[in-house]
Amino acid sequence: MTITDPHPFPFSEPDELRIDPRFEQIREKEPLCPVQLPHGEPAWLVTRYEDVKTVLGDPRFSRAEAVRRDEPRTRYHRGLPGNIMEFDPPEHTRLRRVVAKAFTARHVEDLRVRAQEIADRLVDEMIAQGPPADLVSAFALPLPVTVICELLGVPFEDRTRFRHWSDALLSTTRFSPEEIERCAGELSDYMAGLVAERRKHPQDDLLGVMVAARDEQDRLTEDELVAMGVGVLVAGHETTASQIPNFVHTLLEHPEELARLRADLDLVPQAVEELMRFVPLGSASTARYAVEDVELSGGVVHAGEPVVVSTAAANRDTTVFTCPERLDLTRKEAAHVGFGHGPHHCLGAQLARMELQVALSTLLRRLPGLRLAGTEEDLVWKAGSGVRGLEKMLITWEAAA
Amino acid sequence: MSGADREVPAASPAPGTRTEIWRVRVDPKACMGTGICAGVAPDRFQVRDGISHPTAAYVPPEDQVVDAAESCPLEAIRVTHRDTGALIAPEE
Ligand code: HEM
Ligand code: HEM
Ligand code: SF4
Repeated sequence: MTITDPHPFPFSEPDELRIDPRFEQIREKEPLCPVQLPHGEPAWLVTRYEDVKTVLGDPRFSRAEAVRRDEPRTRYHRGLPGNIMEFDPPEHTRLRRVVAKAFTARHVEDLRVRAQEIADRLVDEMIAQGPPADLVSAFALPLPVTVICELLGVPFEDRTRFRHWSDALLSTTRFSPEEIERCAGELSDYMAGLVAERRKHPQDDLLGVMVAARDEQDRLTEDELVAMGVGVLVAGHETTASQIPNFVHTLLEHPEELARLRADLDLVPQAVEELMRFVPLGSASTARYAVEDVELSGGVVHAGEPVVVSTAAANRDTTVFTCPERLDLTRKEAAHVGFGHGPHHCLGAQLARMELQVALSTLLRRLPGLRLAGTEEDLVWKAGSGVRGLEKMLITWEAAA
Repeated sequence: MSGADREVPAASPAPGTRTEIWRVRVDPKACMGTGICAGVAPDRFQVRDGISHPTAAYVPPEDQVVDAAESCPLEAIRVTHRDTGALIAPEE
């Protein structure tokens, strides 16, 4: 097969957290679906769970090749030169090992107490102010930003600056190409400044570890060092910050599941996994190029052809999940692919899990009767961004008398 | 953090000894099936039904096995000396 008559993709503008029904038809009838993303050449879209894992995990699919091509993408910006998504193993492994230890489950567990302190302080402030509160600005954003700033060693006071830059980088349509390139430049200059600072005053934060890996062991280049800092900062907060309100919104729409969770907060870790499966955060993955012919369930991808996957569609694959459109917090089926698969499987997955667990349990424990302050119509959904989520979410709760 | 300056356990045979063999294990309870190991060392790990399996329990010393063990976010892979049982990776 060759990629002809591609469908424009994404199929539709994101509609809150609903999945376009076309994904289901395509997963069943057109497992290799020709699509045209807003930028780059036409690609195959892959939606079946096993196929998605093959594309993301099999070494016959390459990210490095994408850098040499006009890769299909939802955003204009292609990422900073030297960022970890530009490499295949073994080059990718060299970079990933510089930071991997900081993100193991064991190391992340050590950060849980601190994340809980931050979450409690934010909720203290919400309670002191009294309802209603904007869950996004009062809680969902500052929690992951504070955690990633402390881990990386980025001053929290600078957050308004890097948040603007990061918004621009994540934007699909909200910023012009010139603005996006300018923001990318400013963000990497900012990171380069922090790196220079570490050289003068060594620190034992992650940026310090990265600088030592470069200066003492020559394990990465200066470009790779800066791109890694930017990548961790950007990827480390926008996704988690979007998922906290997405999860709360989803639970409010499923009152029975919410009641179950309230009655037994020990279910929170399982609930986070099911919500990760259920909530379609992004529209498509970064593209992979086949470096040889590969047979997927729906046909052969030829060497040189690009493929994008929908992890959201894979997470609703009926051959893997029974009644996938049902939210079932105690579901015990296959693992979701919301953090990807294979060598690029989310570096921050354990951190994100821990933050999402802390966020949900803290909100449910400390804000009894948590619900929307207004109506559905008052919610402001993000537009023109690669990740779905709420710009603003006013909530209320039963304040203690 | 670094693997480059990993200390060689005292009990290990002299470097370059031809007979040196490593043992590779995956703890199925810890493994979450991320597929990272199989991406790093496709000849040495396969993920089936959401769990990684070493393709061979005993392997000659090679960097890719250490890389896989050091890249596993759950530290589910253990690489030891077959004869002495000394831990090669991951770093504790
Ligand atoms: C190396 C660092 C980075 C990593 C590891 C990373 C990782 C990710 C991941 C895992 C997702 C979720 C994809 C999904 O839900 O399927 C994502 C989404 C996204 N990331 Fe990044 N990211 C990085 C840097 C960046 C940078 C620098 C930008 C901006 C230029 C960016 C822009 C986006 C956007 C727009 C999305 C939304 C999904 C889409 O529409 O394709 N990321 N990223
Ligand atoms: C709920 C929150 C998050 C989601 C849904 C998410 C999702 C993803 C996905 C799907 C990928 C794979 C992208 C691909 O293969 O194309 C990825 C990669 C990545 N994520 Fe995340 N992520 C989240 C949080 C984080 C956090 C907190 C960090 C902080 C360190 C982070 C850092 C990265 C990095 C650096 C990569 C690239 C890994 C590599 O190329 O080896 N992510 N993420
Ligand atoms: S990297 Fe670790 S968790 Fe992931 S599949 Fe391999 S052994 Fe399992």
